[in-house]
Amino acid sequence: MKHTLFDKIWNDHLVTQQDDGSSLLHIDRIFLHERTGSAALASLEASGRKVKNPAHVFCTMDHIVDTFPGRTDQTTMPGGTEFIKVTRDLSLKENITLFDLGDARQGISHVVSTEQGIALPGCTMICPDSHTCTLGGIGALATGVGSSECEHALVTETLRFTKPKQMRVIFTGEKQPSVTAKDMILHLIALHSAAGGAGYAVEFAGPMVESLDVEARLTLCNMAVEFSAFTGIIAPDAKVFEYLKGRPYAPVGESWKQAMEYWSTLPTDQGAHFDREITIDCVDIAPTVTWGTSPQHAISIDGRVPTLISEGSDSRRSMQQALNYMGLKSGQLIEGLPIQAAFIGSCTNSRLSDLRIAADILKGRKVSANVRAICVPGSTQVKLAAENEGLDRIFLDAGFEWRESGCSMCFYAGGEGFISGERVITSTNRNFEGRQGPGCRSHLASPATVAASAVTGLITDVRKLEHLA
Amino acid sequence: MKKFSTHLGIAAPLLKINIDTDAIMPSREMKSVSKVGLGKSLFANWRFLDRGTEKEKLNPDFILNQNEYLNATVLLTGRNMGCGSSREFAVWALVDYGIQVIIAPSFGAIFFTNCIRNGLLPIVLDEKTITILAHQVALNPQDNPLNIDLEGCVVTGPDGVIYPFELQAGDRLMLLEGLDAIDVTMKLKKAINAFKIVDVSKRPWAYLG
Repeated sequence: MKHTLFDKIWNDHLVTQQDDGSSLLHIDRIFLHERTGSAALASLEASGRKVKNPAHVFCTMDHIVDTFPGRTDQTTMPGGTEFIKVTRDLSLKENITLFDLGDARQGISHVVSTEQGIALPGCTMICPDSHTCTLGGIGALATGVGSSECEHALVTETLRFTKPKQMRVIFTGEKQPSVTAKDMILHLIALHSAAGGAGYAVEFAGPMVESLDVEARLTLCNMAVEFSAFTGIIAPDAKVFEYLKGRPYAPVGESWKQAMEYWSTLPTDQGAHFDREITIDCVDIAPTVTWGTSPQHAISIDGRVPTLISEGSDSRRSMQQALNYMGLKSGQLIEGLPIQAAFIGSCTNSRLSDLRIAADILKGRKVSANVRAICVPGSTQVKLAAENEGLDRIFLDAGFEWRESGCSMCFYAGGEGFISGERVITSTNRNFEGRQGPGCRSHLASPATVAASAVTGLITDVRKLEHLA
Repeated sequence: MKKFSTHLGIAAPLLKINIDTDAIMPSREMKSVSKVGLGKSLFANWRFLDRGTEKEKLNPDFILNQNEYLNATVLLTGRNMGCGSSREFAVWALVDYGIQVIIAPSFGAIFFTNCIRNGLLPIVLDEKTITILAHQVALNPQDNPLNIDLEGCVVTGPDGVIYPFELQAGDRLMLLEGLDAIDVTMKLKKAINAFKIVDVSKRPWAYLG
């Protein structure tokens, strides 16, 4: 019997299969954050239940903590302090490892998970956060859940799932150097819709996926949820092993050898069955940016805002609503649109490699006078490493704000946000209405495109920046 | 959890695709760790004008604010309903507002499970059927309710036409009996313990502490 990577991890975590086809899976790692983890812990507390295996549960402060230098428990977001305190108190009570404010390990949960070696290939991992699928980038079977499901996993170390169908997305061909994992995933979602992966676990494969470094793979898998997939996953290889070796919670010694042996058996068997296969030639991918209010509203940087499609009145209505919200017209060029803000951060694109790419563009250049530009490293470790290389100086000299780590303005929680009508070029994952501030217009793009656009004050094709300079 | 067997309710068509959980429950409305009292924030960005300011008022164009849809308990929506953020606050807000059933061509996976865990019935029907139902309901919403029967897994339209739907047996039972998922799993404690004994020897490196 030929098995996929997903099959292998699934089968090795199968506690029992129910008559209705659902399966109870063992959950190896649980990560919480103060926004929704607090709700799970509070509910657990109210029910009088206990966390079954605290050694496998980790918690961070990322969602609503401020990212201003010198931050405290006080938050710009109204009511945020309660979330922080409940999380801290209950983590302590349940003996969960907490990466609190001021801890050098603090950061965005999905950045910290791999950085600390908590997420591992061949492991199952959940977090009450939809972007948990990020961790498929190192070969973990990871998925986001609600607070109730999180509570279930905390108490039982298991979760019930119905096995999804399986899709393989193969990236072939040659990739232009300016095309990043972010452009690849936006391109896929634009082609096959924000619901294109619904009901599927998606394995990303092919030479252009293998060529990505580990951090770029995390970016690719991060937006599997924006494709409505159950999760995204990539076969672990030598790059992943090298990346994980020596991380604080990664196995060591004999245990590391055993793990490597096991991980080496995980890649999909030749001839294994996928319910659906999509092949994308990377030659067709240009730097990609969104024009609308769904990640599927993505086009090449040199493309035009699409004309309204006639099929399906829902889609047409949604497109019209998106155009109105974004203040755009069909047929308009996306390149050259004036922006008022630029944001680099989030679990999608805030790792050291992302900051290096942006800094490379910003070096010796200045952010346009009309643009407010912000960089929020994905973790305190990323921030410190970047500062070690002098990247903070490059960002600051260019005119970027340099922040403490957290989710920050990836979403608006009532505190800091971009202004209504403001156009923001952003390295985040969601361009929903009001996502980064009421009435704010978000354009998703790679850190390279964000940096280039910050410099010109216009949505910019990074490939042309040399000319412009 | 409250049991769900049948429901006769006024239905509101909100036929937009990709309705995300940010729209259902904006993050800025989540001001406390509590699950209760969130109905007032449901669809806040669409339901209110000038939210949070002195000028705040109901948006007359939003369907749930219109008199004909007063007391709606069923939502008819476009595909990929509840996509986006995993926030269960979205489902808590729907339930608190009084929504008991959502009918859509497809759902975000995390949202779907969150619905089941909170006694809110998510029903998958094809787009064509939903368009027909939406049209019939809209003729006279207060007098054209939808009848939902979870025992028989059917939706009955205002004209008496019956549309069967499917729901996984475990999810169906969970709603019918109002079961707590953790209690259900705790009955499998032996199997979980047996799994772990084997797993620890197979994947010792996966265990911490």
